[in-house]
Amino acid sequence: MGIAIKMPALSPTMEEGTLAKWLVKEGDEVKSGDILAEIETDKATMEFEAVDEGKIGKIMVAEGTEGVKVGTVIAEMAGEGGEAAAPKAEESAPPAAPQAAPDAPRKAESGTAKLAAEVKATVQDPAIPEGTEFVKTTVREALRDAMAEEMRKDERVFVMGEEVAEYQGAYKVTQGLLDEFGPRRVIDTPITEYGFAGVGTGAAMGGLRPVIEFMTFNFAMQAIDHIINSAAKTNYMSGGQMRCPIVFRGPNGAASRVGAQHSQNYGPWYASVPGLIVIAPYDAADAKGLMKAAIRSEDPVVFLENELVYGRSFDVPKLDDYVLPIGKARIMKLGKDVTLVSYSIGVGVALEAAETLAGEGIDAEVIDLRTLRPLDTDTVLESLKKTNRIVVVEEGWPTCSIASEIAAVVMEKGFDDLDAPVLRVTNEDVPLPYAANLEKAALIDAARVVEAAKKVCYK
Amino acid sequence: MAKPTTPRASSAKAQAAAPAAGADHNRPRPETPTDYEASKEELLEFYRQMVLIRRFEEKAGQLYGLGLIGGFCHLYIGQEAVAVGIQSALKPGKDSVITGYRDHGHMLAYGIDPKVIMAELTGREAGISRGKGGSMHMFSVEHKFYGGHGIVGAQVSLGAGLGFAHKYNDDGGVCVAYFGDGAANQGQVYEAFNMAELWKLPIIFVIENNQYAMGTSVNRASSEDQLYRRGESFRIPGLQVNGMDVLAVRGATEEALKWVQGGNGPILLEMKTYRYRGHSMSDPAKYRSREEVQSMRDNSDPIEGVKKYLIEAGVSEDEIKVIDQDIRKTVSEAADFAETSPEPDMAELYTDVLVEQY
Repeated sequence: MGIAIKMPALSPTMEEGTLAKWLVKEGDEVKSGDILAEIETDKATMEFEAVDEGKIGKIMVAEGTEGVKVGTVIAEMAGEGGEAAAPKAEESAPPAAPQAAPDAPRKAESGTAKLAAEVKATVQDPAIPEGTEFVKTTVREALRDAMAEEMRKDERVFVMGEEVAEYQGAYKVTQGLLDEFGPRRVIDTPITEYGFAGVGTGAAMGGLRPVIEFMTFNFAMQAIDHIINSAAKTNYMSGGQMRCPIVFRGPNGAASRVGAQHSQNYGPWYASVPGLIVIAPYDAADAKGLMKAAIRSEDPVVFLENELVYGRSFDVPKLDDYVLPIGKARIMKLGKDVTLVSYSIGVGVALEAAETLAGEGIDAEVIDLRTLRPLDTDTVLESLKKTNRIVVVEEGWPTCSIASEIAAVVMEKGFDDLDAPVLRVTNEDVPLPYAANLEKAALIDAARVVEAAKKVCYK
Repeated sequence: MAKPTTPRASSAKAQAAAPAAGADHNRPRPETPTDYEASKEELLEFYRQMVLIRRFEEKAGQLYGLGLIGGFCHLYIGQEAVAVGIQSALKPGKDSVITGYRDHGHMLAYGIDPKVIMAELTGREAGISRGKGGSMHMFSVEHKFYGGHGIVGAQVSLGAGLGFAHKYNDDGGVCVAYFGDGAANQGQVYEAFNMAELWKLPIIFVIENNQYAMGTSVNRASSEDQLYRRGESFRIPGLQVNGMDVLAVRGATEEALKWVQGGNGPILLEMKTYRYRGHSMSDPAKYRSREEVQSMRDNSDPIEGVKKYLIEAGVSEDEIKVIDQDIRKTVSEAADFAETSPEPDMAELYTDVLVEQY
C-alpha cells in the first residue's frame, strides 16, 4: 500500500499551482524533511517537504505541469516497511463511521451560557425608595465613591495608572484611595500606557478586576492594541473560556485649550468594536451607578469620562449600593416635539438647548444614551414614535460618529416615524485648534442645537 | 555577517550575563545553571513529549497542505526542547504560561489534549476555542495556559499582568512568558520589563531565539544580538541557554525558578534554538540556506539529543520504537478526530462576544 502525496496548499489563498520541479525520482528513499519538489504558488516558489519516510513510488504529475489543483495526487510513496502504521491522511478521508462515543466532540460549555440570563426586557434603573436623601456630589467624587465602594466589596478590584496613588490622581478622581486601600491596590505606574494596559489586561485574564486609569484617553491610543486585540476579543477567540473583566477609564473628549492631540472623543472608535462595553455618562449619579456596574461586569469596559464635567455637581441618591444597568439610555427630559439624543458632555448642551426651545414653544425630549455599546436603540425609537424628529448632539467629529450610527438605525428601523431628516450637531470636521475663538467655533453649543431642532420642526 | 547559528556547544550550556562596566557589581546574580540530572523516567517523558510535538506539527503541516487547516499555521519543529524543558519544571494549575502565535508545542508540553488542539486547527466545534480562535488563539484557563496571542510582543505585557496577579494573590505561582527574537524588539517588551522589575513580579521571560523573525535574522534586526543581555538596563539578569538540549533548558529553568521564587523579581532566559520549517506554512524560506537547516537537523536536533541520553541510560532502541509508534497513533487519532468532528454550529457565530447580556 502506498501513501498518496497530494498537491499541497502552501498559502492561505492557494487553490492551484505549478509543479515546477521534482527533486526526487521514482525509487528514491526519502525521509521526513527532504524536499520532494518545488511548487509555484500564487505568491512564491515553495519547497515541498516529505512528511513521511519511505520510497517514492510512481510520480503521477510531471514537472512543469501548470494549474495543478490542491489535493491532486502528484505521486505515490511506499510506506515504512509496512510495520507501524504511519499516519495517512487519506485513510481517514472518507469518514467511515460517525465518531465512536469516547471520541465524540466534546460539547464545550459556553462561558456566556453560564451567566446569560434573560434580563434584557426587565432592565430598568433601580427604583429609588421614597424619602431617599439626595446629596450634591461632583462627578469626580461620584466616580471615586464608586471605585471605593467596589474595592471594599471585592478584594480583586485594584486601581492602576499614572499618578493615581501618591499624587491622588492627575484630575483627582482617585483622591483618597491610596490612604484607604494602600499601595498594593492603588498602584502608580511609570508613563507606559501600552505596557500597563497590557499588565492590567493580563491581570484580568489571571482573575483580578483591574480599573486602569488613562490620564486621558488620548494617551490610550498607545494602548489601543491591548484594549481591542487583547481585551475585547479574548472571550470570543477562546470560545467563552477566558474572560477579561477590566475597566479602562479616564477623561475623553475636548478639554479646554489643550490643542488637537489632547482633545478627541474616542466614543465612536471603541463603540465600533464587538466585545467591548462602552459607557459615557453625563451626570454624577450615572457616573457612580455605571462605574459600579462596569467594575462588576464580566466584560471589558471602556469608561469615557469628561474633564469638563468632573467638577459639576449633581444630585446622587444616598443608597448603600446604587448600581445602574449597562446598555440603557435615560430620558433626561420628557417632550413631544423633537428628540435630542446625546451622551457625555453633549447632554448638558442638549438640555440647555431644550430650555431655550421651550421658550420658543418647542417641547424637546432629551435622551442620554449613557452606554454607547450596546446602544439602547429601543429608547431612541420609542421617543421617535412620539416626536417624529431627531437631532443627535455629539461633542466629537461628524464622520463615522455615534450620530451617524443613530441616523442609520433610525432610517433602518424608524423610517416611517420620521417627519424630517435626522440632523447631526457635531464638532467641526477639523483637528481641534488652540486659539480661543477657533476652538469655540469648532465645538458644539446650544445655539447650534436649537437651530437644528427648529429646522426639523420646520420652524 | 552571519553569526554562528549553532548554540554554544561547550560543556557550560548556559552563560550568565556579565555585569556591565560601572554596574552595581554587588548586585546578587543567579548562579550559572547546570544541566538537569534527569532520571530515566524523566528522560523517557521528555522524549515522549518532544516526539509528540514533532509528529503533531508534521501532521499539522500535512493537514495544512490538504487544505484542512487554513490561515496562518506556525510550526514548532526544531524548538521542542524549549517548551518541554521549561514546562516540565512548572507546576500545572499553579504556574501560568503565555506565549505568542507559535503555540502548539507549549500546549502539548503542558498536557493539553492533542485532539482538541488539532480540532481547533481544523476549525471544528470540538476545538479548544470551539473553532473560533484558530492556530494562533488557543487558551486553557484550566491549565493556566493564557494563549496563544497573535500580536507580536503583546504576550509579554500580558504575562507581566499574570505575574502581577500571582503576586497580588500571593499564590506562590510564577508566570512564564515566551516570546521570540522578533518580539524582543517590540517597545512594550521593555515597558513590561521595567514594571516587572520595579514591582518584583514573579515572572520568567523566555526569549525563544530561533534566529529568524520571519525572514529577518537576529543580527539584521537587533543592535544587541546577545538577547540575554536585553534585561540588563532594567536590572533583570539574563541567562543564555542551549535551547536544543532539554537538560540544559530544564537546568536553567530550575535556576530561574529559584531566582524568581526567592523574591528577586523577574529573570530572562534566552533559549538559543532553531526552527526547521518556515515562519508559517506559506514561507518559502529563501533567507537561509538549505545547508544551514540541514546542519542544525544533523548536529543539534533536540530529539536525537534525548535519544542519545536515553541510550546512555540503558533504554533500548525497541523501547524507543514503542514510544514512537504510540505517539504516531496518538497523533493519527488527533488528526482523525480533527478531520471528522463537525464544524461549529451556525449559532456559535453570535455566542461569546460578551459574557453577560445587557
